[in-house]
Amino acid sequence: MVIVPMLTLLFGVDFRYAVGASLVSVIATSSGAAAAYVRQGFTNIRVGMFLEVATTVGAVVGASLAGLISTSLLGVVLGLVLLYSAFVASRPRQEHIVGTRDPLAVRLRLDGTYPSLDGEREYHVQRVPLGFGLMFGAGALSGLLGIGSGALKVLAMDQAMCLPFKVSTTTSNFMIGVTAAASAGIYLARGYIDPGIAMPVMLGVLSGSMVGARVLTRTRSAALRAVFALVIGVLAIQMIVHGVAGRF
Amino acid sequence: MASPAGSSPPGPPHVWADEAIEAVLGHLLRAGVILAAIVVAAGGARYLMEHGSAPPPGRLFTGEPVNLRQVGGIVDGAVHFRGRAMIMAGLLVLIATPVARVGASLIAFLEQRDRTYAALTAFVLAVLAAGLMGWAM
Repeated sequence: MVIVPMLTLLFGVDFRYAVGASLVSVIATSSGAAAAYVRQGFTNIRVGMFLEVATTVGAVVGASLAGLISTSLLGVVLGLVLLYSAFVASRPRQEHIVGTRDPLAVRLRLDGTYPSLDGEREYHVQRVPLGFGLMFGAGALSGLLGIGSGALKVLAMDQAMCLPFKVSTTTSNFMIGVTAAASAGIYLARGYIDPGIAMPVMLGVLSGSMVGARVLTRTRSAALRAVFALVIGVLAIQMIVHGVAGRF
Repeated sequence: MASPAGSSPPGPPHVWADEAIEAVLGHLLRAGVILAAIVVAAGGARYLMEHGSAPPPGRLFTGEPVNLRQVGGIVDGAVHFRGRAMIMAGLLVLIATPVARVGASLIAFLEQRDRTYAALTAFVLAVLAAGLMGWAM
């Protein structure tokens, strides 16, 4: 999520190359962290696969649109998405566990269990069509801007579908890589992925995510979130200013 | 599923199968990512030997040359140990990793005779294939 602003604002890399490198970094983070998460076994692969129908189609639509939109406008859109992400990160995340079954979720066998302090607990997936629609939007933004769209996925899975944190975090991570892979081919064919830029980004992000998944999963403090929100917020405003001034 | 009575928590039978699938998929992911990282790092070393003294790339967008936009051209360059093509080959392995995960899920759902999810997974795989061939809408 910070790759495009960092490459464009700090290193003066062209917006299109930055998006290409960012997509690569998204796949690397997702797969690197997934390898660490999988052993914990909270991922709901039915929810993941069902929602991937929406995110992959959205990603192809987004990547197709990206070729038609000016990079300055894309920069402004990315700035707005970052602002929203900063807002989401600055507030405590709320878990909504619902006891009632949703007929559509039952028919799609989306409900599952997750380990809690009192043993295995059931959860019931809610508002399937709304979650599916939001995930289409998340996929489209991912394809448009080369980002993981984590904030929108949190909105869809935590708020709309009422998945427990442990399940939504790992399941959305599972989906992010697949979603990014759907648009990566389109960017590759357009010549947006430069090996000289993608190589250090991929190697750096991969080592960072493998260390991070080990170190940070249990130490996520409020202070860390505040710093993250602040950094994202500052980058967001810079992206918007740059975009409005037409400097991408 | 042939566990002794009472020793496993009650639940639909597919729960256990799904967990077994997840474990296999986890190994697949890790192997793919590690392989990709090794190829990219090797290519990166070659690239720095070839172009290390050149100014950093990417300030001006020129688009990649055609041979680095296609799988055939990338593989051809990589087997001749050209740095940029080797990096791209590693990135292709990275991109293929989540795709392989979806492919493995398709096989798993087919084995479970779960037609709904096999169909959904096949659809996702088709979208991924279209994207990987660069078919924008």
